[in-house]
Amino acid sequence: MMGSVVALIAVLMVLLSGLSVGLVNDGVSGLKKLEVSSFAFKSGVDKSAAFTRSIVDTEAADVWAGADGVAESAPFGLTLVNTRTDRGVDVDLALFGVEADSWLVPRAAIGRDLAGPDQVLLAGTLEDAGVAVGDVIEVDQLGRELEVVGFLDGQHTFGHVDVGYVDLRTWQEIRAGIRPGEEAPDHVHREVTAIAVLNEDGGEPDFAAVDEAAGTTSMTLEESFGASPGYTAELTTVQMIQWFLYAISALVVGAFFTVVTIQRRQEIAVMRAMGASTGYLLRDSLIQSVILLLVATAAGMGIGLLLGVSLSASEMPFALDVSAVTVASVFLVLLGLIGAAFGVVRVTRVDPLTALGASR
Amino acid sequence: MNSAMTNTESAGLMMSGVTLLHDDGGSKVRALDDVSLTVSPGEFVAVVGPSGAGKSSLLAVAGGLIRPDAGQVRIGDIDLVTASRRDLANIRRTQIGFVFQSANLLPALTALDQLRLPLTLGHVAEPRDPMQMLEEVGMADRADRRPHQLSGGERQRVGIARALMTRPRLLLVDEPTAALDSSRSQEVVGLLAREAHKHGVATVMVTHDRDVLHHCDRVLQMTDGKLIPVDTI
Repeated sequence: MMGSVVALIAVLMVLLSGLSVGLVNDGVSGLKKLEVSSFAFKSGVDKSAAFTRSIVDTEAADVWAGADGVAESAPFGLTLVNTRTDRGVDVDLALFGVEADSWLVPRAAIGRDLAGPDQVLLAGTLEDAGVAVGDVIEVDQLGRELEVVGFLDGQHTFGHVDVGYVDLRTWQEIRAGIRPGEEAPDHVHREVTAIAVLNEDGGEPDFAAVDEAAGTTSMTLEESFGASPGYTAELTTVQMIQWFLYAISALVVGAFFTVVTIQRRQEIAVMRAMGASTGYLLRDSLIQSVILLLVATAAGMGIGLLLGVSLSASEMPFALDVSAVTVASVFLVLLGLIGAAFGVVRVTRVDPLTALGASR
Repeated sequence: MNSAMTNTESAGLMMSGVTLLHDDGGSKVRALDDVSLTVSPGEFVAVVGPSGAGKSSLLAVAGGLIRPDAGQVRIGDIDLVTASRRDLANIRRTQIGFVFQSANLLPALTALDQLRLPLTLGHVAEPRDPMQMLEEVGMADRADRRPHQLSGGERQRVGIARALMTRPRLLLVDEPTAALDSSRSQEVVGLLAREAHKHGVATVMVTHDRDVLHHCDRVLQMTDGKLIPVDTI
């Protein structure tokens, strides 16, 4: 009975862990796949919305390029757009604007690499949505057309929206709302969202000093995930549910072993009368709880992983990650043990006198 | 002093002037009243008496489960009254064997594992062989049975064998026939007598069952906390 409850909690843990990793991937997988150490945003930008609020001058890239410990730096643009293909497929895109010759441009898994203006290299998942190489997509409201030249391998998303890589000038004009045939003001081609920075191997730039010189505010790649829309709120919610489950698990296991200890009072009294030490009885009870927790958690994790495999193939943002599942299992067992310890400590209060027919 | 001592040989159990008080609604009741008792190695003593007379209290004090308010309790040269709680647990584990009502076997263990249990509780200098003990009590063919698969008499046989596993100097037996019919009662108490004599264990059995007293070397009556030899009643 108890084993089933712990196993069910373990199943939930795997699912939540998968959901958590899935949400992370859905929110920032596009960023995670960039070979970037940090981003330099506009000085003093709101860090929770840096990708949507920051505008920096492309010249800041030169300041960063000259800094000690920096291997590469390049302008980077990010904006969300609604588009439609010439075959009528609606596609929401997180447009990443990069210089076509920079190290930031990923290689196409299908089709051609990004080579110039008015081209777009799309996340591989969009191929399943009905987009094909050679399609032309039109940016809503602007009428700007982009040719789909290729697809990337696997999931590339930002804020639950698929990523499309475009040439930096194309991105700057789309962001500024320049329609085909219109002349872009000079400042448009100097403005980007951030400067992407790649450190040298083992290099550690003096971020404060370079930020001051470049007029920027730096965030590491991991810190920048928090600037993805909804990322922190979603992750916090899932993590809170996980922590509540851990607490519930500890309470349930504690309550179970309290009941078991009460049920075993006579048995424990007999063992105490026979000379079992308190240490022996505690050890005995805790070993039983460890075995129960390990077996039930392993069984639950196994079932959870099987369910997870099928969920991974669905539309749900779900991804199985060995380390996340392992951490969840370890926490489940550890917190369960803490709960069990509170339950089994009652063995110390069992009076061996009750082993006799009556304690007269 | 109320004395029921009839044997002055080197004692397995020696209780002298033992008094045990119990709280009873604010007043003190003498559960044991100046009790003295000596049981020699290999001697099988029965204590009879009505419920509430103090029989279980006698076992509890002799077994180091409860400390008396006055008097001495010794097993050979070991003083139970001054021993610490930890020492008392060690004394119970190595010097005393308990046979409980209905055997009180652990439900999850087989008969053979019941006998191994006392040996897992701590170091035992010269443990008996569990299988050999099962054979001795006629239970070798039930070694793999769990308590619910055994009859009441069989459970008591296993309980007796378990109590003797550590070669105790004192065997304390609590109402061993409480759940048995008369023929099984005779078998079990006969077995107890044989084992007590064979292994030289000082044995005290409390019982309501007067039909099994002929197996005992000596019979004492417990009344209102006092211990009286039956032939003086």
